[in-house]
Amino acid sequence: MSAYNFAYLDEQTKRMIRRALLKAVAIPGYQVPFASREMPMPYGWGTGGVQVTASTLVPEDRLKVIDQGADDTTNAVSIRRFFEVTAGVETTTEADRATVIQTRHRIPETPLQEGQIIVYQVPIPEPLRFLEPRETETRKMHSLGEYGLMHVKLYEDIARHGEIATTYAYPVRVGKSYVMDPSPIPKFDNPKLNGSPAIQLFGAGREQRIYALPPWTPVKSLDFEDYPFDPSRAAGQCALCGSTSSYLDEVITDDSGGRMFLCSDTDYCARRVQEGA
Amino acid sequence: MYVAVKGGEKAIDQAHAWLAEVRRGDQNTAVLDTAQIRDQLTLACNRVMAEGSLYDPDLAALAIKQARGDLVEAIFLIRAYRTTLPRFGASAPIDTGAMTCIRRISATFKDAPGGQLLGPTFDYTHRLLDFTLLANGEAELAETERQTLNEPLARVSDILGKDALLQPEPSGNEEPGDLTRQPLAFPADRALRLQSLSRADEGFALCLAYSTQRGYGRNHPFIGELRVGHVEVSMEIPELGFSIVIGEITVTECETVNQFVGSRKQPAQFTRGYGLTFGHTERKAIAMALLDRALRWEELGEDDTGAPAQDAEFVLSHADNIQATGFLEHIKLPHYVDFQSELELVRRLRAEAEQ
Repeated sequence: MSAYNFAYLDEQTKRMIRRALLKAVAIPGYQVPFASREMPMPYGWGTGGVQVTASTLVPEDRLKVIDQGADDTTNAVSIRRFFEVTAGVETTTEADRATVIQTRHRIPETPLQEGQIIVYQVPIPEPLRFLEPRETETRKMHSLGEYGLMHVKLYEDIARHGEIATTYAYPVRVGKSYVMDPSPIPKFDNPKLNGSPAIQLFGAGREQRIYALPPWTPVKSLDFEDYPFDPSRAAGQCALCGSTSSYLDEVITDDSGGRMFLCSDTDYCARRVQEGA
Repeated sequence: MYVAVKGGEKAIDQAHAWLAEVRRGDQNTAVLDTAQIRDQLTLACNRVMAEGSLYDPDLAALAIKQARGDLVEAIFLIRAYRTTLPRFGASAPIDTGAMTCIRRISATFKDAPGGQLLGPTFDYTHRLLDFTLLANGEAELAETERQTLNEPLARVSDILGKDALLQPEPSGNEEPGDLTRQPLAFPADRALRLQSLSRADEGFALCLAYSTQRGYGRNHPFIGELRVGHVEVSMEIPELGFSIVIGEITVTECETVNQFVGSRKQPAQFTRGYGLTFGHTERKAIAMALLDRALRWEELGEDDTGAPAQDAEFVLSHADNIQATGFLEHIKLPHYVDFQSELELVRRLRAEAEQ
């Protein structure tokens, strides 16, 4: 793989991405346009996250890659292998030993620590996109802090369903400024965004946007006083480790309706099993 | 017991091995030579070069072979390779007026200086399957009077332009933007729009251009001129202080002549749409010209009829097949976590409704 630079991207590209990252960290929640490159994996597979990780990695890093909370889902395997080959960095499945964690759709159950970087793969960075398809309009709405449309949407959900019917990619407000898409994590994970000691970086490759939450940033899930935010989870228990507080995946076990719940975070679950929980 | 959570790594290796095997196909048939693809599936290679934005017929042939003939996949391979290449600089603008044409037609004039040259075209073939080819035979090649137009040919648009019947295009020395180095922002100027359209998916460009012909942003196009041929690419070498020719490429250029009624300030005049693509890719070049013209409504003071082809943000944001196929196909990736949260919600709402 010597034909390619450390962590695949050339240094010029990394510099361009690092500039975007610095700007993103300086303006929490603001979507910074960046000249996303074609990567050797398709758009939608995490090209934004991969570019951010590639620009963040140094040879001493220890990398963890998860998809749906698991280290051994196919795409997590593929991305981890990509960095093993192109960067030769050490990899790990243990959340507390990793210095950089690239994730799709989950935040680890193990609390993040100071000094860690978590990189989220983002499909649609614009929280207002499904209310207003035009980028020219949504950028204007952000710059004017015009988020009434979003509140109307949440209100209509309550009027129609009795609750806010958004269960993942649940919009948050960063400090007192931007409304931000937390990537399609389940809303169960939203509270972990708030005041996290880790640096949180978000990369959207196809949409050419980077945004960030520096450590200790206040992040609030949008709600109403009389309909407070509720981070729900399946009312069940992990069949392997017995956890009643982790986020669960439902697995169908036979063709007559049998099912069981398992922790979506495989590292958390395996360690609990090992510790004999 | 549930086992599917493990084994991703092994599954990927096995899938790749299987893929390699089916790519090769029946080992009793001869292996496909990339030179054969380059020379006999030229138009496929041309499309891959045009949408991959990389002029290299050998690599296009390799990409097609590796992609098992899936052209969008081949374009993706080329794009992913292209983005790793260092940039030495920019060439001088190519001079399509100095093109050695293998094909040059005008639909607006019966004859034009230099004449019409059909060249190697499907246009008047009868679409009857040639079973000789199926038997791997070849009809004897007839003697052809192979003609190329070596002399620089005046563009039909220049002829119209002389009488001010065709609106002149402003010329400028400003460096055009580069959408592979700067994220596309709106409004996008014409140079950027053309750049985006030139690498746009042929099918998307074709069908959107077709929609303008059927009345969704109609702009009455005629093919003023379509030319296909070879042009020299030259580059100024700073150490030398002058330009040298670094190669020759084949391109397709299409200029449409479109009706424009005129306004109080401007007398009636024809306007134009422009298409330029790598290789012999005329369907794409024509579609590009129609779309270019449709997107110029604002600059020409036309009405926004709400047609998709007039909406630059819509057209340019969705024209790239590598972006499109990636996002479309990514829904094959696991979404257990999101689906689980939706499942919980639907169950809860149903339970509440039953109470």
